[in-house]
Amino acid sequence: MKLIIVAGTPGAGKTAVLLHTIKLLKGKDIKPSVVKIDCLSTDDDKRFAKLNIPVLLGLSKDMCPDHFSIYNIEEMIDFAVNNKSDMLIMETAGLCHRCAPYTTNCIGICVIDATSGPNNPTKVGPFLSCADIVVITKGDMISQAEREIFRERIIEVNPNCKIIDVNGLSGQGCTELANQIRLAKTEVSNNELLRHNAPFAVCTLCVGEKRVNKKYHRGLLRKIDGLQNYIGE
Amino acid sequence: MQIIENITIIGGIDKQGMTESIKEFLISQGEIIGVVGPTGSGKSQLISDIEQLAQEDTSSGRQILINGKVPDYEIRNNPRKKMVAQLSQNMNFLADMSVADFLCLHAKCRGKEYIDVSKIISLANELTGEPIKSNDNLTILSGGQSRALMVADVAVISESPIVLIDEIENAGIKKHEALNLLSGQGKIILVVTHDPVLALSAERRIIMRNGGMRNIIHSSKDEKIASKKLNDLDRNILLLREKVRSGEVIGKLNFEPAF
Repeated sequence: MKLIIVAGTPGAGKTAVLLHTIKLLKGKDIKPSVVKIDCLSTDDDKRFAKLNIPVLLGLSKDMCPDHFSIYNIEEMIDFAVNNKSDMLIMETAGLCHRCAPYTTNCIGICVIDATSGPNNPTKVGPFLSCADIVVITKGDMISQAEREIFRERIIEVNPNCKIIDVNGLSGQGCTELANQIRLAKTEVSNNELLRHNAPFAVCTLCVGEKRVNKKYHRGLLRKIDGLQNYIGE
Repeated sequence: MQIIENITIIGGIDKQGMTESIKEFLISQGEIIGVVGPTGSGKSQLISDIEQLAQEDTSSGRQILINGKVPDYEIRNNPRKKMVAQLSQNMNFLADMSVADFLCLHAKCRGKEYIDVSKIISLANELTGEPIKSNDNLTILSGGQSRALMVADVAVISESPIVLIDEIENAGIKKHEALNLLSGQGKIILVVTHDPVLALSAERRIIMRNGGMRNIIHSSKDEKIASKKLNDLDRNILLLREKVRSGEVIGKLNFEPAF
């Protein structure tokens, strides 16, 4: 089974890019399954379902959405296997810039919005630097010079990635993305590893504490001055 | 860098999916081509196809050849090897940085070691009203200032054998000066415009309709004469514009429309 994991900030155009790309893949007789992960609610699963492909929706609710998608990866792969698909495309909710849900043998795709400014690539974390393919959206909304700077910044952070400019509205560029997905050879194993560790947070907030002041919190905590300590029994 | 003798636009489809009337269009080194048509007729898409050196992979299905050949992947994607400079319709910068930092960064992207920032800024300032300063933040520049800086940046830093210009008349900058700055010797230039002064000054122009290239018009002898008259008229209007802008009171006009 080929596993494609798509990450990116909210509103960058992950779903729009995927809708165009899946149409092109289907045109090449490829049968993908899609898993859409979101936090609280979404209609995106219905948009995918219109393409007549198996769609599974996962809502992470109280759990960190990236932790949720990593934790549930076996169920997702089973879903694609049971539907006799050639590949599983997983779209993450992607919120905190710190997680990279890519596993060693997946095809990791980062979707990033060119209007987020040329400093953005250096601000976001492993979901950009560990990606195999970086898709830049909304490039038509900025000048050619800014586009070139944005691209250069991405190469600084991830020198080996393949960069594809895509227009999420018209689908321009999705042919190249579909080709890259189609031609990739790697298949997932039973022993996938994350390319980058997820940030840990084991503390009272994780189990529902709502009070803000420091005296209420226990766990592995990091102060603003950079000191990290275990506070508790 | 590869010498560009010509580019070929191979027609694709219009917005209805019908084959374009113009199947193939060759533009040679040194030519200035106008692109005209109503709003929404696909002018900017044509420009964008050329910018990306489209290979039947855009919504229009067009293909762009360089010297009759399919350009290789590096030329299409590596900005250091890029042969196309584009001035799009964007009137604002979104990058949050100073003018000087921006110019230096862009020069680095284009593989240029040394650039004269103050020279680029002074070129931009010749096109616009209130001067741009090197430590201004890009995002506070007005539409006209941004556009003038984009022109100077394209002329000096993105200096490329193919130059695409989308509605240069829009931002209230000096369009003739801007066009002169952008169009060097031996370049291929495409100018998208609604302005008859610019459209008629091109030797040939592409007529766009409904997303497709509908026709090619060679400017006739009469059009060339009209173009010259329009230019004189335009110069007078621009002079008046500068006077009005600088707060002068306009007396009796001493020029007559030439038609």
